[in-house]
Amino acid sequence: MDIVLSAHGGGGKLTEELIQEVFLNEFDSDILNEMEDSAVLDIDFNKLAFTTDSYTVKPLFFPGGDIGRLAVCGTINDLLTRGAVPLFLSASFIIEEGFRLYDLKRIASSMARTCREAGVKIVAGDTKVVARGDADGIFINTSGAGYVPFGVNISVKNAKPGDKVIISGTIGDHGMAVLSSREDFTFDPPLESDCAPLVDIVNTLRSFGESVRVLRDPTRAGVAEVLYNISRASGVGIEIYEEKLPVKPQVASACNMLGLDFLQLANEGKLVAVVESSAAAKILEAIKKCKNGREAAIIGTVNDSGQITARTALGTSRILSRPVGELVPRIC
Amino acid sequence: MGTNQVLRSVNTELKIMEVCGTHSEVVSKYALRQFYTGRVKLVSGPGCPVCVIASEDIDLIIEYARCGFTIVTFGDLIRIPGTVSSLAVELARGKSIKVVYSPLDALAMAKDNPSNQVIFVAVGFETTAPLVALTIMKAKKEGIKNFSVLSLHRTMPQILRTLFQTGVNLDGLILPGHVCTITGSKPFEFLARDFGITAVISGFAPEDIMESIEIIRENLHRPSIYIQYKRAVSTSGNMVAQEAIKKVFKPCDALWRAFGLIKDSGLAIKEAWSFFDARKRWPIKPIHHKQALNKKCSCEDIMKGILTPLECPLFRTFCRPESPIGPCMVSSEGSCAIYYKYGG
Amino acid sequence: MCLAVPMKVKNIRWPNAEVLAEGLRREVNIQLVPRVNIGDYVLVHAGFAIQVIDGKWAKENLELWEQIKS
Repeated sequence: MDIVLSAHGGGGKLTEELIQEVFLNEFDSDILNEMEDSAVLDIDFNKLAFTTDSYTVKPLFFPGGDIGRLAVCGTINDLLTRGAVPLFLSASFIIEEGFRLYDLKRIASSMARTCREAGVKIVAGDTKVVARGDADGIFINTSGAGYVPFGVNISVKNAKPGDKVIISGTIGDHGMAVLSSREDFTFDPPLESDCAPLVDIVNTLRSFGESVRVLRDPTRAGVAEVLYNISRASGVGIEIYEEKLPVKPQVASACNMLGLDFLQLANEGKLVAVVESSAAAKILEAIKKCKNGREAAIIGTVNDSGQITARTALGTSRILSRPVGELVPRIC
Repeated sequence: MGTNQVLRSVNTELKIMEVCGTHSEVVSKYALRQFYTGRVKLVSGPGCPVCVIASEDIDLIIEYARCGFTIVTFGDLIRIPGTVSSLAVELARGKSIKVVYSPLDALAMAKDNPSNQVIFVAVGFETTAPLVALTIMKAKKEGIKNFSVLSLHRTMPQILRTLFQTGVNLDGLILPGHVCTITGSKPFEFLARDFGITAVISGFAPEDIMESIEIIRENLHRPSIYIQYKRAVSTSGNMVAQEAIKKVFKPCDALWRAFGLIKDSGLAIKEAWSFFDARKRWPIKPIHHKQALNKKCSCEDIMKGILTPLECPLFRTFCRPESPIGPCMVSSEGSCAIYYKYGG
Repeated sequence: MCLAVPMKVKNIRWPNAEVLAEGLRREVNIQLVPRVNIGDYVLVHAGFAIQVIDGKWAKENLELWEQIKS
């Protein structure tokens, strides 16, 4: 059998076979292998960080990643932005009847690989099969849990005037990689999604203690939305420097062509960090030593204006407004 | 005739209008107005070919969608409101509506889906019209039977003539660089000849616009059409593109939101190509609901350069991109949408 | 109202050409610029080349930008 059938969602023998053949085989998790109704996890923690997210990306396989890798990274990174050490994930799949088993295995394999990269285990899961056309191929939900080490207090409410804003790398790669695989243009060299777990970077940042005030990962709606979230939650303003924004030339060029703003494009392997000004230079150097942080840069300063502004290449200042709705390519 | 600018000394604040939405965006994105405070007041004109599309035209497109046609258009048009709905809302309701980057993509969609009747909604000025003309020619050559075009193209010279005939007071004009790439500078010579205006065809980088402003300041008393965008624009323009437009389109009277009907300001598909003219091939008459215009909406004055968005009482309070009241906010290239996004 | 970006012509296969800008590669229709050559820069709008860019003026423009920024 090379496709998923509705019988695979029936809960009986075929369901178990599917779970065994695809998920248990790939995920190789001793807790999952117990096939209990719940995972009982024995961990020592002060504070538990817990999050959930659902993944509906199209296309399912894009340059640099796939929905599986995205589902693991997205949830792990949400834990990491609270300074937590990610430990466990659950993974629920809603699969359309007729979905190729080969693709399902690819996705599961990608998730397993990403979990190993990040040092997390999938300990609970669920599988449902719906009629053809009801799930756009496959939808995945992952929930994640991790512990927050004692003394770590990273929150979106912590930004203070004078703090510096750092981005861990080039902006808009994921959004543009996915868009290009849907539209009729290619990149040379190929542009890949930045989808990655940011464990290394956050491990490094924890050593700077309270100098690291805020961490956010800019996903949908991009860096612009994250700046807005920080500004609103902390009651501050932020000024960014346009010339300092790291962006790949291909992304900038494609944005010009399509009339898009790269600050509003999705990212899946980047962090925005708000840090104490006196520690900013050292923190930047430390991030740059990490595999996914080589192109990190200080991109702005927090102030008390309550507004988000951008200093242009000409030295003038303009407002950076909050993204509204979906980005579509324009001719005007 | 606006000749009073000849009498103004260079020490008073000059009022310069740019009429291209893309120019407006660059001015605001680089906050160029900050360089000119007190010396030059930069205002935006009616240069957004999407904002000026009337609600009645959107109603027509929605009616086609409701009748089962596949509507294909540029992203710019998706959120523009008709009298009761918009393409974005109809898409959410399950109608077949697609966004493309190029009109050729719309033709390809028709070829790939022979059981769908595809209507490409063509918006844009003279920059975009030749592309649509070539697409229609290609459709005929390849015998594509399930493709037609609803032309909502508008042309620039007539709206500018109307603007000056209503007595708008300007010291200079920055003309749309890419429209002029196609048309050349000739069709705009009437601005200097009949209205004594100094106009500059400008490129789209901030330094292009800044240089264009200087050209206007230096030539206030020598009204003429100057080309700053020399790397792309000539006096005669792109003759091949002009021929393509002439072959497929003819001038027609067209409705402009906030301006009403303007003679010869639109492009209609010629008889010889009526098989590809959605209006001729699929004549339908949508019901237009009476739209109560908000009396406080200042779009008409904003598009004429009389007011800036900041001077409209509805701006940012009731009128925002997610809940636009007037045309200047509906499109991302409208003056109000740009001011909202960049602050001025 | 008309987004058009300069791109360099790499290959010509009439009526199309492969154009490139900063690593972005696209196929565009060149029927509006029939006399274009490989190596020319063209303005690309909605999948079509609408004009060939005059290299001499393009260079002057780059110099102007540097002047204004400094």
